[in-house]
Amino acid sequence: MNPRPALVAAATATVAALVLVGCSASGAGSTGTPTATPDSLKGTVTVLAAASLTEVYRDLATQFEKLHPNVTITQSFGGSSALSTQIIQGAPADLLATANEATMKTVIDAGLTDETPILYASNVLTLIVPPTNPAHVATIADIADPAVKVALCDKTVPCGSAALTLLAVEKLKVTPVTLETDVKAVVTKVELDEVDAGLVYVTDAQTAGSRVTQIPVPDAANVVNRYPIAVLKGSTNKAAATAFEQFIFSTTGLAVLKKAGFGTP
Amino acid sequence: MTPARRSGPAVIIWVIAALALALLVLPLLGILLSAPWPHLPALLVAPETLQALGLSLLTGVISTFCCLVLGIPLAVVLARSVGWAVVPRRLLRAAVTVPLVLPPVVGGLALLLLLGRNGILGKYLAQLGITLPFTTGAVVIAQTFVAMPFLVFAVEGALRGADRRVELAAASLGATPFQVFRTITVPLVAPGIAAGAVLCFARALGEFGATITFAGSYPGVTRTLPIASYLASQTDLNQSIALALVLLVVSVAVLLGLRDRWLPGVRG
Repeated sequence: MNPRPALVAAATATVAALVLVGCSASGAGSTGTPTATPDSLKGTVTVLAAASLTEVYRDLATQFEKLHPNVTITQSFGGSSALSTQIIQGAPADLLATANEATMKTVIDAGLTDETPILYASNVLTLIVPPTNPAHVATIADIADPAVKVALCDKTVPCGSAALTLLAVEKLKVTPVTLETDVKAVVTKVELDEVDAGLVYVTDAQTAGSRVTQIPVPDAANVVNRYPIAVLKGSTNKAAATAFEQFIFSTTGLAVLKKAGFGTP
Repeated sequence: MTPARRSGPAVIIWVIAALALALLVLPLLGILLSAPWPHLPALLVAPETLQALGLSLLTGVISTFCCLVLGIPLAVVLARSVGWAVVPRRLLRAAVTVPLVLPPVVGGLALLLLLGRNGILGKYLAQLGITLPFTTGAVVIAQTFVAMPFLVFAVEGALRGADRRVELAAASLGATPFQVFRTITVPLVAPGIAAGAVLCFARALGEFGATITFAGSYPGVTRTLPIASYLASQTDLNQSIALALVLLVVSVAVLLGLRDRWLPGVRG
């Protein structure tokens, strides 16, 4: 956290005020020319991002802060629907990055973003089991067995709605033992070997590495979540927020996302 | 300077106390004011609400019972620990206090590491075919874990205030220690036990963090009212407020039944 919040807040407000004047002509859009030179970017950018973006956004933020040493990126990760609700309830944030379009839409409908959210990445689900595979799960069809303990995301979060769609595609009736509030909680339950299987994003499975085993699900490629990001209307540091957003779409940013297992939208 | 002294607290104390009270009460007032009153009847009889309420009441009652059975003897030991050496006495007190100050999520994780199917004890239970996580039993264990201190401290307070000579008299008349406990000690501290049980129940009803970590969240099995309210808050705020209102009404009703005996600090 920042040791001098008052100072930074003042700086943030000043920069925002200065840049807003410069910005007003250029309008919103990802292809617009940068309105500020890197050196003029200062202050804090608060990002609320989906749980599945945890590692990749930390990585992106570190790289961005190296390019712009006067900018601090503060991030909070959680279930996309919880983040959208926080924004609607007035949480102060500059950028929102959700794990699907439906959760972003609630923020657009509330009139809390000026720009059309940009889709920059996609993700698909995969089946993970503990390395010991206690229930001997070989294919996704095996998780329909009532003896297999399955963790899914709750339907209120993107990974949960994607899981329901995937199970419908597979024509499987699964009775999970728990419906978690975000995808990382499902990964944890599998890692701890407390459940036999879980449906998570391929990116989460990749991050978990050898702590879980992936079981390929051929049809998963047909159930795609697309990730939108938008600068929020209430942002007090639109210049730096827009710069971070554009950094994510840059060749460097997209390479980081690709390496983490994300697809193109 | 007038020598006249008012007996009540200074004005500044009143002002700060009013601020403190506002902080405690206004958020709850917020729930009442923003409650979707016209939709409330429909929301309250919705199957998900009734299911979560039923589960919360059931697990709350069982947890309170567990706290009574386990907690009263622990309170007796704690009350009698005054004569012990400093170190074991303080360790015992700290152990009983830990669930009060520990973030419930940490408590839930600890329970998972102990009683999960690969946990320190859980793996032996698993060999016997018993797995606790994600069951209603896990909800009860999580609630008992967080609520127990409330019972122990309420009963301990009552025990310390009780007249031990009655117990000594009974013992001298030939009662066994367990007879003394059952026929003298327990009735003597009955008000403390009742107060502790009510607090316990209220705490169990509100349990969230340890439950969602250790027991997970599945409708009808482990999704208690607080979890249902949290999940609803992510998508349907009206539903969430309705659920919160139910919790609030039940908790306040329970506490009002307590009158003055509701905190360990207030001892008859």
